[in-house]
Amino acid sequence: MIHNKETIPQRPAPKGTIGPIAWLRGNLFNGPINTVFTLLGLYVLYLLVVPTVQWAFIDANWVGDSREDCTRAGACWVFVNARFSQFMYGLYPSEEYWRANIVFAMFAGIIAWMVVPRLPFKRWMALFALLIFPVIAYVLLHGGYFDLPRVSTHRWGGLMLTLLLATVGMVGALPIGIVLALGRRSNMPIVKTFCVIFIEFWRGVPLITILFMASVMLPLFLPSELSVDRLVRALIGLTLFQSAYMAEVIRGGLQAIPKGQDEAAAALGMTYWKRMGLIVMPQALKMMIPGIVNTFISLFKDTTLVMIIGLFDLLGIVQAALSDSRWLGFSIEGYVFAAFVFWIFCFSMSRYSQYLERKLNTGHKH
Amino acid sequence: MFNKKHLALLASAGSLSLAGMATAQADTLEDTIERGAVQCGVSDGLPGFSAPDDDGNWQGLDVDVCRAVAAAVLGDADAVNYISLNAVERFTALQSGEVDLLSRNTTWTTTRDTTLGLNFTGVNFYDGQGFMVSRDLGITGADELDGASICIQSGTTTELNLADYFRANDMEFNPIVFDTSEQTVGGYQAGRCDVLTSDTSQLAALRIQLDDPEASMILSDVISKEPLGPVVRQGDDLWFNIVKWSLFAMINAEEYGVTSENAEEMRDSNNPDVARLLGQDGNYGEGMNLEADWAYNIISQVGNYAESFERNVGMDSPLEIERGVNALWNDGGFQYAPPIR
Repeated sequence: MIHNKETIPQRPAPKGTIGPIAWLRGNLFNGPINTVFTLLGLYVLYLLVVPTVQWAFIDANWVGDSREDCTRAGACWVFVNARFSQFMYGLYPSEEYWRANIVFAMFAGIIAWMVVPRLPFKRWMALFALLIFPVIAYVLLHGGYFDLPRVSTHRWGGLMLTLLLATVGMVGALPIGIVLALGRRSNMPIVKTFCVIFIEFWRGVPLITILFMASVMLPLFLPSELSVDRLVRALIGLTLFQSAYMAEVIRGGLQAIPKGQDEAAAALGMTYWKRMGLIVMPQALKMMIPGIVNTFISLFKDTTLVMIIGLFDLLGIVQAALSDSRWLGFSIEGYVFAAFVFWIFCFSMSRYSQYLERKLNTGHKH
Repeated sequence: MFNKKHLALLASAGSLSLAGMATAQADTLEDTIERGAVQCGVSDGLPGFSAPDDDGNWQGLDVDVCRAVAAAVLGDADAVNYISLNAVERFTALQSGEVDLLSRNTTWTTTRDTTLGLNFTGVNFYDGQGFMVSRDLGITGADELDGASICIQSGTTTELNLADYFRANDMEFNPIVFDTSEQTVGGYQAGRCDVLTSDTSQLAALRIQLDDPEASMILSDVISKEPLGPVVRQGDDLWFNIVKWSLFAMINAEEYGVTSENAEEMRDSNNPDVARLLGQDGNYGEGMNLEADWAYNIISQVGNYAESFERNVGMDSPLEIERGVNALWNDGGFQYAPPIR
């Protein structure tokens, strides 16, 4: 008998079973029906992508400062370029842009600090972001202190206003939502009734109605000396509206925590707030991340509704720019730009939430 | 997105009940001087009438009324806080005191003038519904449109005016209705209809958006009355007079040939009309608690009516709207200002 004492060395898999070609054959061209669908799909993709790329890049007009510079058939990015600072800051006076820039930079810095795990003093940073940063931002943006000229809120706009509305809405809605959710699960009848009525009222009314009431009807009922700034009215409306949604997301998370957790904590002699703060909430909030981020993203996009009360958020200022008679007819470029900016923000939020879920995963996930 | 008609009804129902209250605050002039700026309500974007330019400054025919009032009252045409308002909230913003002057392509009608607690101070643009047709058709007047297919935007008074006009003239038409103005232009461009109808001020803006604007023309016939003008609260007659005469000063200046360029030299003019207008002969600002050079400030900083018109909507602008009925009374139009005397 012949024995081969040597182990046969490892050899690569046969050529036909690995590599991109094999993958294509295995997944896209395995059988006549799949082949037909693959080719059909490729054709549709070709029909969509080629003209889009042609329009947005190859035939596009990039440089210039008026509509006369848009001579080629593709997109006229000159329009977005000429209006870029307006899309960012709204009608904020250009010599005061530095103030908005400082706030933007601080905002970005705070976000980065909170997001990057290696950086220390997170707790202090959070306190700074919640207590001191809003004051600094208000003083810088609004002015009227330290010799800064006053810039009234009806000149605020663009991405700055969108971020402001979204941030205030998110930061305000989360704590109010938590309180409302706990209140709705409470055994105390008055607290419970109040929370239920609050949530059901704000959730039952369209956001556009709330904004409209806040901006059009409210001033009629208040004496004229007691006029509240229109931006503040919108912010309050937006925050209360979102907190009702947030409350229901959080209640969903609370219900997923087994009752035994709460009872075990109670058996250890913990008070209500300790049970909630140390046992229930940490577990519940972790589970609610997708729901909370979902609400945040929808809030971010809902901010465009302030357009109907005459505030120029990013989309509003794009539309106002489109009505300049020297830039008529570039609506596609304007809307594509607005969509792109919104997508960047929403997509980043979504990615961060996925990262957070992985990081906080303690193996309880099924 | 939302039903404008219902919101408008809701708003006017609210404003009706509060019309009496709105007259409460009286001294708009004093408030304005104290604030150092005119609170002016403008459109949130209408080509040629109010829109921010590349540098974020508001420009337009309606904006120039705000600037004129600021120049007359404060001596500085730039001392204006522009508040952008949509069609629904414009009257409540005025009634509640959020703005002191509404200059937002608002049509002067009986209902608005008599039931909302507001006063129209004049007409800064005589608008009306017109037609845009392809030059190839060889049509020269609206009476040749029998049997035409016409693109309209739905839910607007445009639709009703059109039906009235064709019924009155015993003609047939085939309406093709679209939801937004962009779709309406698209339909016209694609050849779905021979004619596009809208207010003439809008037609000019729609025409620029066509691939080949030169191939279409706007007929000179107009089938409805849409006088657009500035609005103030009822009950403050001093302020009402200031806004009214700011516009009249611009129209008079055109009639007397005073422009922003020659206003300085014209102060020495021998023409008594010009001398009175520019405050060199008598003080006609006194009755409005204004300085004698109130009209001089308007003309030197904003310009006369012709300058404002040509710069924003006329031949010097992309819209290229002809003066037509907006010409002076002695030039075949309707613009007529009482004399300053």
